[in-house]
Amino acid sequence: MNAGAITSSELLAAVASRELVGKNTVFAGIGLPTLAVSLAQRTVAPDIEIVYESGVCGAHPTHLPETIADSVLITGSEAVLSMPALFGYVLQGGRIDVGFLGAAQIDRWGNLNSSVIGDWHAPKVRLPGSGGAMEVMANSREVFVVMRRHDPRSLVAELDFCTSPGPDRALRDGIRPRGAGVTRVITDLGILARDGAGEELRLVATHPGVTVEQVRAATGWDLAVADELTTVEPPTEAELRLLREDVDPDRVYLR
Amino acid sequence: MHDPVAEADPRRADKTTTMREAIATHVTDGATVALEGFTHLIPTAAGHEIIRQGRKDLTIARMTADIVTDQLIAGGCVRKLVSSFVGNSTAGSLGELRRRIETGQPEPLEYEEYSHYGMICRYLAGAQRLPFYPLRSYAGSDVPAVNPDIRKVTSPYPGPDGEPEQVYVVPPLNPDVTIVHAQRADRAGNTQVWGLTGIQAEAVYAARTAIVVVEEVVADEVVRSDPNRTVIPAHAVDAVVECPGGAHPAFVQGYYDRDGEFYRAWSHISKDPDRLQRWLDEWVRGTADHAEYLAKLGAETRQRLAVGEAWSEPVNYGRRL
Repeated sequence: MNAGAITSSELLAAVASRELVGKNTVFAGIGLPTLAVSLAQRTVAPDIEIVYESGVCGAHPTHLPETIADSVLITGSEAVLSMPALFGYVLQGGRIDVGFLGAAQIDRWGNLNSSVIGDWHAPKVRLPGSGGAMEVMANSREVFVVMRRHDPRSLVAELDFCTSPGPDRALRDGIRPRGAGVTRVITDLGILARDGAGEELRLVATHPGVTVEQVRAATGWDLAVADELTTVEPPTEAELRLLREDVDPDRVYLR
Repeated sequence: MHDPVAEADPRRADKTTTMREAIATHVTDGATVALEGFTHLIPTAAGHEIIRQGRKDLTIARMTADIVTDQLIAGGCVRKLVSSFVGNSTAGSLGELRRRIETGQPEPLEYEEYSHYGMICRYLAGAQRLPFYPLRSYAGSDVPAVNPDIRKVTSPYPGPDGEPEQVYVVPPLNPDVTIVHAQRADRAGNTQVWGLTGIQAEAVYAARTAIVVVEEVVADEVVRSDPNRTVIPAHAVDAVVECPGGAHPAFVQGYYDRDGEFYRAWSHISKDPDRLQRWLDEWVRGTADHAEYLAKLGAETRQRLAVGEAWSEPVNYGRRL
């Protein structure tokens, strides 16, 4: 297999899948998280349960889903819950180990913006908003963020607007946080990590061929670097084969 | 609001009517209208009829504001939107909604932002006629700063550590009318849903009046053979409209699939305001009703969205011997 032809989606999916060792219940969206969790089910976490925002728990789809509510996720699934049950009992009830989120902007504390670029009252770009992201952040034990493009417009010193706050902002608001917030940010340049409240994201690994200077230049704040900085292991042949031949043979998300 | 004493046996009355009549009777200018259905069972045909009848100044409540919301806004029906997600599923953007919010053209759209669970809790409070509903969201978020209806209170009970606990609350949402789409109902409105059941029951119970649009009106015995599948009982329903295909481009589990091509096309149609108006003229204002819209879609599209069979095992409810 030609390692040089590995796409960034394949790299991100493989790296994210390895982070799911030992996790039981994962809240995932469509796209890269689907690939990561599907690969983890075939490698490091065979019994992992995927929960979707639409209410589906334990999906066994016959086709790759196009949305979190795709009919192929419902037919043959283990349970379909109403919205109050999914958000109230599962999420707020504290049943989720790892939530996967994306965002337009993330800051050094792992707070996320998915609402607007610019001023909320007169935005340059109106983004979709929270959906369930705020609840995933507030209630999951930890959150993984996948950012396709690591650049200073996405990893920013100051969010234009905070949609989904991490535990540090919750504390400042006088409310005890429940989870650790964002613990891993997987980008096309490397992996940033933090353990929980009071910690900022630091660079813990770079992809092969990527320098620390490159990552720092692409980050909108003065990015801290871990002492024990490592290089990300590229996808193995087995991981690539599973992704390409089994998980997403039509390359819907493996762009 | 329902007055169970004043209404003569509202459970059993035949509430079937036409879409035209249901919208004309229950959706008035300036009303707050909830349209629910999470990707699945979206009441698109009802939205189109609201556009045909030219309703104005509506407040639309819809958790996932998507294509039908964009169409209602472009149709000149909406003054205000209450929502927790404004996007074209995973297929691109809502052109009209973004134009209204980003440029205020042709006129601004009032927007009230929540998270999904914020909206869910608003319906839960509304359905139960409670003054507010608490949730563990919004702590540290900027959303309460732009939505003063999201407020923080101190719990009257101590938290797990014995200290006072603060929590955000949201107000009840009691729409003038809630419209939902479902697989089937009997004539009185006992409504059965399978697959994603979303927030439809809560949105109906929260409403002052409720319209249920179904793929099929079925005999009472069909519903009564499987009462657990009745998500919305007749006592909460005011009108039943039979409208096959009424969720297109959304899907109805077991009836037809999502029209992914149309979702992707909508990003392009809605990007250009003139093209969007021409689309509305042709497909909504230019069709008399949903049957005409479906005929215009054509057999090929309906064939493309056809689904195969996957029956559930029957259950035995039992009977006394």
